[in-house]
Amino acid sequence: MQLFDEPIEFTRQPGIGAPVWQGRAVDGDELKDFAAAAHLAGGRLAALWGSDERLSGGGFRLHCVFGLNEGHACLTLELPANDPGYPDLSGLFPAANRMQRATYDMVGIGHDGTDQRPWLRHGGWPADWFPLRHDAGEGGDFSNLPSDYDFVQVGGEGAHEIPVGPIHAGIIEPGHFRFSVVGERVLRFESRLGYQHRGVERRLAGADFSTGAKILGRISGDATCAYAWAYAAAIEAACGVEPSPRALALRAILLERERVANHLGDLGMLGNDAALAFGLSQFFRLKEEWVRVSALLFGHRFMMDRIVPGGVEADLNAAAVKVLSDQCDAIGPAVKELHAIYDEHAGLQDRYLTTGPIDAALARELSLSGMAARATGLLLDGRCYRLDYAPPPPWAALGVRPVTDERGDVAARVAVRFGEITESLRLIRQLATQLPAGAVCAEVKPVPGASGVGIIEGWRGEVLVGVSIGADSRLARVHPHDPSWQLWPALEHAVPRDIVPDFPLINKSFNLSYVGQDL
Amino acid sequence: MIPLLKRILKTGIVTEPVAEGDARREVDRLQDEVLKILGRALTIREVDAGSCNACELEIHALNNPYYNLEGCGIKFVASPRHADMLLVTGPVTKNMENALKIAYDCTPDPKLVVAVGDCGCGCGEVGALFGPNYATCGAVANVIPVDVRIPGCPPTPVALMQGILAAVRYDRAHPAVSPERS
Repeated sequence: MQLFDEPIEFTRQPGIGAPVWQGRAVDGDELKDFAAAAHLAGGRLAALWGSDERLSGGGFRLHCVFGLNEGHACLTLELPANDPGYPDLSGLFPAANRMQRATYDMVGIGHDGTDQRPWLRHGGWPADWFPLRHDAGEGGDFSNLPSDYDFVQVGGEGAHEIPVGPIHAGIIEPGHFRFSVVGERVLRFESRLGYQHRGVERRLAGADFSTGAKILGRISGDATCAYAWAYAAAIEAACGVEPSPRALALRAILLERERVANHLGDLGMLGNDAALAFGLSQFFRLKEEWVRVSALLFGHRFMMDRIVPGGVEADLNAAAVKVLSDQCDAIGPAVKELHAIYDEHAGLQDRYLTTGPIDAALARELSLSGMAARATGLLLDGRCYRLDYAPPPPWAALGVRPVTDERGDVAARVAVRFGEITESLRLIRQLATQLPAGAVCAEVKPVPGASGVGIIEGWRGEVLVGVSIGADSRLARVHPHDPSWQLWPALEHAVPRDIVPDFPLINKSFNLSYVGQDL
Repeated sequence: MIPLLKRILKTGIVTEPVAEGDARREVDRLQDEVLKILGRALTIREVDAGSCNACELEIHALNNPYYNLEGCGIKFVASPRHADMLLVTGPVTKNMENALKIAYDCTPDPKLVVAVGDCGCGCGEVGALFGPNYATCGAVANVIPVDVRIPGCPPTPVALMQGILAAVRYDRAHPAVSPERS
């Protein structure tokens, strides 16, 4: 099949997952033309990464995934081993900027754009050493040099900078924020990330499937179920395995429980950051009760390592189903009551309304996905029906109702979180009471040389995992992609024009993953 | 305002020693001990030096009404200069190594350092997965001196409270008789 009358021929990835179209561009121009057509059609850049294919006789390979109405188009471009370069896509998709820079830091294949600042590489290894090249060696003995970073400077009378981080004031992940301000008003906000770069992609190369599942469950701890499922879906697509309907329903329960847990926690924090400690206490009480039931039924408070390639390592009996649905029945009214209190609290609404706004046009421009995109009015949810396709099982049968809000500010992101808790509770109840019978885990036999892409709508947004299997039946290359790649630049647009003290509130309303994009 | 006050009254104090299983009794006992040993506030600066953020979620949970850590005089502070204890999660990435060392140097003596999580302690299957490698230094102890370790992936809030308590009791002069947990 062809998309947008471009010459590239796409074939659909087999399996039951979200529709993924695989294609190859013959050269950089063809890639750029396709990207332009995808941009024109309102598509998003979902992910971009590189791989070293020299062991299998090729050069390097660039992987670009575009989110389209037809599904996800995964386009690869072969690059010669001696001169690996490709055209800069950040003019079309600004989200490409950091992904391209990270791809250079990791694999050493470069784009021809103007922004050549390193992204994940600080001072820990030299600029001409690339960790994901198979001949890179261990690289553990480099000296760790301090590194500077060229923040974009703002000039003019009274303008000054406030540097924050990498260690922040609260209990939160590290990153550096640079505010350029006049008085209290933020003129420009730029972030520098990569502080949590743990070398996970390097560790994944050569790992077996179960080690891979352990690592993927820890790409971003708050989204462990989303990552584990996306990884499992990619492996299953590559190896031609279909998880049972029971396994899929259980995965969906785990994913929705993760969504509720995170929204409960963030709603509490959002109360606290606007000086309503009552909200923090109440929502953290509810969250604690929620994760205790997760521990009781699934053996882990955050349900780590329960989703594995082939299915799940968990099951529910009748008594467990009753615990699940009883908790939904109890927590639903409690959240509704708190929602009314938040809505009617003048001090809170004064802080929320019109603070940190982004609109739908910007959300589209920046390739956003997930809760923050829906809070601008974009109807983007991998669990819901799209114009041209039905969502993958088990979502299609559930009729997931997407929650949107058109205001795009902190208030909208709060409202979407409240709405999504209610919808997730409905889904959990429905999934648990109508669990299909059958086995919960199928055997997965590695298919050497195969590859696959898995895409899951996590609580923050679209989690995408690309997997390719080597000739030795182990993982050759795994790229986990966090929605925060696209969302961090959106935060940089949301913060200016508000005042510095609004930043914690705006930041928390997004609650982006640092480690998910630092890898 | 009335619905808010009604909700507070209706919720009551969930930290009360009403029967709710062994976990609840354990929390009560820990709170009593912290007060007995310290007799004053302990201040903690948390440093995420490269964790997957699951440890941070559990450290957040310490301040929920069930564990109520601040209620027994232990609180998290914004600056290492105000801290008695550094609570560090890992693995320590190369990109955080210098920042962690600076935070350690800024913490006034005598300072306690508690490493949190399998990655921070460099133990277990998960600790082995995340370093040391080109990007991480591995366990916190590879970068700064560590007094007490709290393993787990992630450690539960009760394990965290026990570990913090163990650090308070920890006697560097006689480490053999100190209840270090690792």
